[in-house]
Amino acid sequence: MTTTHSSVTRSSTTSRWERFRDSYLLYSFKRDLIAQFSLAVFILLVGCALLAPWLAPMNPYDLAQIDILASELPPFWVDGSDPTYLMGTDSQGRDLLSTILYGLRVSLIIGFGAVAMQASLGVCFGLLAGYLGGRVDAFLMRMADIQLSFSTLMVAIVVGALFKAIFGGATFSTYAVPLLVLIIGLAEWPQYARTVRASVLAEKGKEYVDAARVMGLSSRRIMFRHILPNTLSPIFVISTVQVANAIISEAALSFLGLGMPETQPSLGSLIKSGFDYIQSGSWWITLIPGLVLVVLVLVINLLGDWLRDVLNPRLYKG
Amino acid sequence: MIAFLIKRLFHALLVMFVISVIAFAIQDNLGDPIQQMVGQSVPESERAVLREELGLNDPFAVQYLRFAANAVQFDFGYSYVFNEPTTDVILRHLPATLELVAASTFLIIALSIPIGVYSAIRPRAWLSRFFMGVSIIGISIPVFLTAIVLIQLFAIGVSVTPFPADTGWGGWLNDLLSTEGGMPAYGRGDPVAVFGTWETNFASLKGLSYLVLPAISLASIMLPLFIRLIRAEMLEVMQSEYVKFARAKGISLRRIYFLHALKNTMLPVITVGGVQIGTLVAYTILTETVFQWPGMGLMFLDAIERSDIPLIVTYLMIVGLIFVITNTLVDLIYGLVNPTVKLTGKPA
Repeated sequence: MTTTHSSVTRSSTTSRWERFRDSYLLYSFKRDLIAQFSLAVFILLVGCALLAPWLAPMNPYDLAQIDILASELPPFWVDGSDPTYLMGTDSQGRDLLSTILYGLRVSLIIGFGAVAMQASLGVCFGLLAGYLGGRVDAFLMRMADIQLSFSTLMVAIVVGALFKAIFGGATFSTYAVPLLVLIIGLAEWPQYARTVRASVLAEKGKEYVDAARVMGLSSRRIMFRHILPNTLSPIFVISTVQVANAIISEAALSFLGLGMPETQPSLGSLIKSGFDYIQSGSWWITLIPGLVLVVLVLVINLLGDWLRDVLNPRLYKG
Repeated sequence: MIAFLIKRLFHALLVMFVISVIAFAIQDNLGDPIQQMVGQSVPESERAVLREELGLNDPFAVQYLRFAANAVQFDFGYSYVFNEPTTDVILRHLPATLELVAASTFLIIALSIPIGVYSAIRPRAWLSRFFMGVSIIGISIPVFLTAIVLIQLFAIGVSVTPFPADTGWGGWLNDLLSTEGGMPAYGRGDPVAVFGTWETNFASLKGLSYLVLPAISLASIMLPLFIRLIRAEMLEVMQSEYVKFARAKGISLRRIYFLHALKNTMLPVITVGGVQIGTLVAYTILTETVFQWPGMGLMFLDAIERSDIPLIVTYLMIVGLIFVITNTLVDLIYGLVNPTVKLTGKPA
């Protein structure tokens, strides 16, 4: 999907692949080493996460495979390591490499899920606010302002705390993945709404919208089929940054104990559970998942930077 | 000007109203004061009487008005856990958080302006590129991870021996890569009492040493944002006509950079920055958790852990108030400083 919305469109007779091959997007990608490297690392990480059940030496969710006697073993380059456990083990004797692979999967699922959630909320509200204007616009944008004036992290923490209080700890742990998607989605929709609204306002006055309206098309059809496709490039640019933000938010919530439980760890809850053992010298339990998290977020941010430079949409400032 | 002022104040009141309704809805639905007051052994009939006496059966709007009337006088009831007024609990924890935020803000201002200006003046210098590279890495590291790495490096210490220690250079390199540790990374130490419940870490060197690691961690999340913002704005200003004109007149470069350009750079930095300083409060929750810094953030997490609803509600109201005050002040300052803002017009 990334490629079909390239900013350059040729005549409609050429196929999508030909259009992509000639696009400025691909041209600049070929010339940008950092972007190529970031994409390679990103694909590698996503691949490892998807193939976790086949790549991981053991299944961290399977209690039968866990050996408590093998807990807190260091990674292979430190004295006293066990070659069975390449990256060492955590405090419960789980192989750290396996838990990281599974944790990476959880983090990515929540990251992308939360962005899908906030994008659908934000795009709908942004289209409504921009196209309808008037009171709807004033109300929705005031809501977005209020929410943004608290940081999104604050909103996520508060909503997370409320959900935990409402559902109770056990239920919260069971449904942690969909709940976290909902929490982060609710906390960050204003980013999308403001961006979409700004480009809808720019598109609304153009002639093709007038034409569609004169033809008697319904508002909904004009919004979603005519205006929305023309606002995709800014949406796409903020999406990359938002995925990185969502992954960090999830890690932060899990670190505070408002996210994934230790039995089904994400990268954030791995860092949290390792932090309790850092004083006893077992730094790898917390720092290796931390390193994976930083690399993941960094390559997404680098890709986002590159994309913003290439597509160069007028993003809503502030 | 007066109209602008009134409009902004009205906006602030509206936001506070929304926050208070949400806070009250939480209290109304999640907290059961009767349960907390009387415990298990009291029969249901007496509970019903008590409920009626306390007005808990009144309609939502009536109860909300009562809540709001008390809230205006900063009376939010008693904390379940501490058994004292929630505002007292908050006041006891407030100084620790404020000092942490103040120290971080100082670090951010002291570092971001020179670095941002330098990398705008010399965008191609290797040092600027280095700063830009570090800042995008900085954005990608969550604040709690920075904190953990700092603890590992400077509180626990790292000793690495990748080089042969028996040779002189190997030992020297090993020493260079290893760190001592020993920085305090737990709590506030023994802060000096100033007055009332206000204890400060700024009074002694030992107190300050407790502040170093938490303040650096907290600053690390905002510093890259500010450096990038100042650089971007400064680059834009440097392209403007009046800077070119000043240069053509032969004014010294230093004067142009720091007197003419920086002044106009600071305008957007104040707006974005002011709001961001407010959001630092959110990040104090994470920093305080890692360092067990006894501030409001740690208290809030404890309150969630123990379902201390009145304390949670009070925290939300107070933090909401802090946000609203900073945002309103920033708006007003921006309106005063920037002559092009239409004071009475509709906000864009």
